[in-house]
Amino acid sequence: MTADLTHGDLTAVAMSGGLDSSVTAWLLARQGVPVVGLSMLLWDHSGVEANGRCCGALDLGDARRVAQQAGIPHYTLRMDREFRQKVVDPFVSDYLAGRTPSPCVRCNTWVKFDLLLERARSFGAGRVATGHYARIVEGPDGPELHTAVDTDKDQSYYLFELTAGQLAASLFPLGEMTKSEVRELAREAGLVVAEKGESMEVCFVAGGVREFVEEQVAADPERFAGAILAEPAVLVDTAGRELGAGQPYYRYTVGQRRGLGLAARSPLYVLAIEPGENRVVVGGEGELLAPGLRGERLHWIGPDPEGEVEAVVKIRSRHPGVASRIRPLGDGRVEIDFAEPQRGVAPGQAAVFYQGTRVLGGCWIDGRL
Amino acid sequence: MDSVYLDHNATTPLHPRVRAAMLPWIGERHGNPSSIHSFGQAARNAVEEAREKVAALLGVRPPEVVLTASGTEANNAVLAHIADQAGERGHLGHLVTSAIEHPSIREGAARLEKRGMEVTRVSPAGDGVVPAADVLSALRPDTRLVCLMLANNELGTLQPVAEVAAACRERGIPVLCDAVQAVGKIPVDARELGVDYLVLGAHKFNGPLGAAAVWVRKGTELSPLLVGGSQERRRRAGTENVPAIAGLGEAAAAAKDEMADRGAHLASLRDRFEAELARRMPDAVFHCRASPRLPNTSHVAFPGVEGEALLIRLDLAGFAVSTGSACSSGAVEPSKTLLAVGLSPEEALSSLRVSFGITNRLQDVDAFLDTLEREAAALRRLAPTAAREVA
Repeated sequence: MTADLTHGDLTAVAMSGGLDSSVTAWLLARQGVPVVGLSMLLWDHSGVEANGRCCGALDLGDARRVAQQAGIPHYTLRMDREFRQKVVDPFVSDYLAGRTPSPCVRCNTWVKFDLLLERARSFGAGRVATGHYARIVEGPDGPELHTAVDTDKDQSYYLFELTAGQLAASLFPLGEMTKSEVRELAREAGLVVAEKGESMEVCFVAGGVREFVEEQVAADPERFAGAILAEPAVLVDTAGRELGAGQPYYRYTVGQRRGLGLAARSPLYVLAIEPGENRVVVGGEGELLAPGLRGERLHWIGPDPEGEVEAVVKIRSRHPGVASRIRPLGDGRVEIDFAEPQRGVAPGQAAVFYQGTRVLGGCWIDGRL
Repeated sequence: MDSVYLDHNATTPLHPRVRAAMLPWIGERHGNPSSIHSFGQAARNAVEEAREKVAALLGVRPPEVVLTASGTEANNAVLAHIADQAGERGHLGHLVTSAIEHPSIREGAARLEKRGMEVTRVSPAGDGVVPAADVLSALRPDTRLVCLMLANNELGTLQPVAEVAAACRERGIPVLCDAVQAVGKIPVDARELGVDYLVLGAHKFNGPLGAAAVWVRKGTELSPLLVGGSQERRRRAGTENVPAIAGLGEAAAAAKDEMADRGAHLASLRDRFEAELARRMPDAVFHCRASPRLPNTSHVAFPGVEGEALLIRLDLAGFAVSTGSACSSGAVEPSKTLLAVGLSPEEALSSLRVSFGITNRLQDVDAFLDTLEREAAALRRLAPTAAREVA
């Protein structure tokens, strides 16, 4: 999407029915901003999606009620087809490829901004507001993405693939607030969602992730190139010695320690997953440490920098970050050297670059250096 | 500016007469119609008066009218009754219905199918009308019931109920007519139609939500869907919703009194809308315009325009219309009825249903046309990004 995002008079608020987006809608309405609430029907939790039913999304009822409380119009947009295509199928495919996907980044970028902004524009809303904990700061080269004031709740990691053009058409009103302030506001306003807890990590998976992957493949193998669910994987050490049989390979994550079922003198960790060989390589803690990572689909929010960049890199959402040197190789590929070796460089996760509170951009982890 | 409501096939505002008839029963008066004392007697009287008015509207006798809480309940009750009766004979047999029935019939039939009843769903022709000959050729010796709506809720097309019922009568097959969209908009004489069960709902003709009725031909049975009381001659248990039933009765009386004017008024609104729209937006495609249909309903496609976005723009501008059949979460899906009459999913998703009501005025139509033209043009300017793929 280009930066050609004309600001309409109307602001669309993405309303999930959770606390944060509800307060976002209520705050903007209270400030007199003309807003329309939009909920996206993304996934049918009732498990009968094939019938075209869409009655499983319980939270949408809460979104509608909050919209009434805030006195704003509200509509539900059906986006389950796009969600499956852009988020769920790649999530399953990543596991089958031995990766550990980060579906929330894809969802935020593709669904909440690309698609929702496009749909919002179709009825005259030029901006999208969301309940993300992150800030948009006007910088010399255009809008910049920054971490939230509430560092515990900061969600900037999930937004690294946004473009400056999208940021120019976005509002994150909660970025300057703490979660407890947000909840307090909801209570004062008497919003029906005021006491609601946090949403699930991966919203479309009700039970276990690995079981979900198996169900999806079993339901429609053709969708995943006729993937056949694997036999138990062979667990090997770094020298290639067989240590035993484990579970199917896609049930493992790089960095995982528990559940390996191997007796060893010191703790063993998953180092690598090799779907082609149906092998899972395990080793000691020392072997888990990587001096850097290889990345792909490198993305800069602002203009591309010249040469190498020094930044703090987070290799998963809850990672504290490590000082790094980012070396773009062209064609979206990148190598990153860590100042300190890091554990758990997991292919499929996002690596996000920070300078102070500012998010420069990021890449998708392809492997370790 | 006040919002203009153009979605009367979904529900309608209360007629002032209806409101006046209901007010005492949500105010100073109350009573359980089954009670022996004077409170109960007054409530019983209100219910029976309402039943008489409903019967008068349909041209039938009051004891044949069974009051229910919704048209959906009434349709379900008849389907359940037929299945129970067939079950007693040891073989569920066969049911004939159309492919454009209301979900209460559609899903009710699907439920009976799961229990072992065979179901034939007769498709409409491209004109939105289910051919009577196709219904009749679907009949079998073990057909237990034929379900055919009188007017389709989305297209407004009238179905050949009388013709089907006459032929079924000769063969002794009962006919259930869902007349929810027709009653109050066009004259409906249940006996003349020749059906065995006829269903109506108050809120579709300026009555309240929560009251409906099924007329059961004398000599035809209806076993209760709900048990636990002797109300409605043991055909529907549960304490009567007196305020809503009083409203239903008055809505029926008002419809009877105003019928001739209503038809003319609704048709004048709808015809002006269609003629002006065709002049202003020549590429608008009217569905089933030449078919026999309700006087108030217009269904029109705007090629290249996403109906959902147009509906939202119109709502934000103060005009309430409908697109497709909304599911419970409020998201829009392609209408099964439109697909059944042969429209592509793209055409179905670019369509709007405009259904006029007795409180609409000609200036509402003109204001709506101005807004519709403006909003559709705005959407077309965005078309390259707004056009969505429909898999």
